[in-house]
Amino acid sequence: MNDLMNRRDLLKLAGMGVAVFVSGTTVRAGGAAQIKNESFYFVQLSDTHWGFNGPNINPDSQGTLKKAVAAVNGLDEQPDFVVFTGDLTQTTDDRKIRRDRMAEFRDIVSQLKVKTVRFMPGEHDASLDRGEAYQEFFGDLHYTFDHNGVHFIVLDNVSDPMAAVGDKQLQWLKADLQQMKKEARIVLLTHRPLFDLAPDWDWATRDGDAVIDALMQHPNVTVLYGHIHQEHHHMTGHIAHHAAKSLMWALPEPGSVPKKAQIPWNASEPYKGLGFREVEAQVASARYNIKELPVSRG
Amino acid sequence: MKNVLIFLISTSVGYLHQESVLRSSTGRVQSGEQTIRISASTFEFTPSEITVKKGIPVVLELISQDRHHGFKLVEFDLRADIQPGATEKVRFIPDKTGTFTFFCDVFCGGGHEDMSGILKVIE
Repeated sequence: MNDLMNRRDLLKLAGMGVAVFVSGTTVRAGGAAQIKNESFYFVQLSDTHWGFNGPNINPDSQGTLKKAVAAVNGLDEQPDFVVFTGDLTQTTDDRKIRRDRMAEFRDIVSQLKVKTVRFMPGEHDASLDRGEAYQEFFGDLHYTFDHNGVHFIVLDNVSDPMAAVGDKQLQWLKADLQQMKKEARIVLLTHRPLFDLAPDWDWATRDGDAVIDALMQHPNVTVLYGHIHQEHHHMTGHIAHHAAKSLMWALPEPGSVPKKAQIPWNASEPYKGLGFREVEAQVASARYNIKELPVSRG
Repeated sequence: MKNVLIFLISTSVGYLHQESVLRSSTGRVQSGEQTIRISASTFEFTPSEITVKKGIPVVLELISQDRHHGFKLVEFDLRADIQPGATEKVRFIPDKTGTFTFFCDVFCGGGHEDMSGILKVIE
């Protein structure tokens, strides 16, 4: 995080009236206009599971997301944007409760100071109705956006309950990538791991290999995802995959126990294993510095 | 215990009319095949633990009591969709001993991730 700290120090100096010169060449996000080559940072939150109720797992299930929102609002420097990588809400068979939870979640995160907030579904949000309710509240299941020279791709690997991206979306992805220059800076945001992290724990994407194959032609690709409720880092070729912590409960390391189970709340270490992260994008070098942060500093 | 009982009843009732060649801990082997019926419902398989003998072909008869479920057994490269109202038959030969986990790979609700079972393959 030295680079991020250095950048923040520079910004503080700038705020004190000291001239700061940010050097750098220009890069393209894709085939679009030239964009200034400045680093920036955003915040990733994941697996908030709003509506979950399990006192032994998280007795503060009604407060954890709100604390995280407050923590983000309390950051010294506000991020350019915030992204939620799925499982915004806890699943339910009840259509009305599902929508109530999504409305409550949306109200809570509307308290973020940062007004650019990107969403994507997790299987808890979208698998039982193929994303119908999710789209009513949060929009498209998959899409792209560009920010300061980085091309972000939001990929849906959950609205199909069989955990597949599907041929149609795969063709959409390939068409999007085809428009990008080979050296484009690309961040793919999704919910499930694209590689077989632990298929018997439901930690995989059925056609994830096809997605990775499509991404391989680009040397500057990073994947950020959620789903596994813990920090995890993995390489497939030159592509780095970084999983984020949950804001509701933690899960054990893959394969560390015979049967996956939620890690019970530890009163002596509340919120242990929960948190969110800052991601600093260094556009010129296509590096992403990740800093994990707790739910609350208190 | 409940699962074992349900399993024993289902396997016995289903195959009483067929000639028994060998009884294993999970039921009977007929005509050189071990046939086991597994019922899927939110969020469990019944029985949740089955035992088969190595080298003897297995037929799994998969049924769903409520909604679309999946069946996946990675170590034997098996997967199937289980739809209500239909019986899905999966055949394989257990060529290695050990304890293996099968699980539902179609998201079916809040307890989906707990929906798994154990296959024991013995000599």
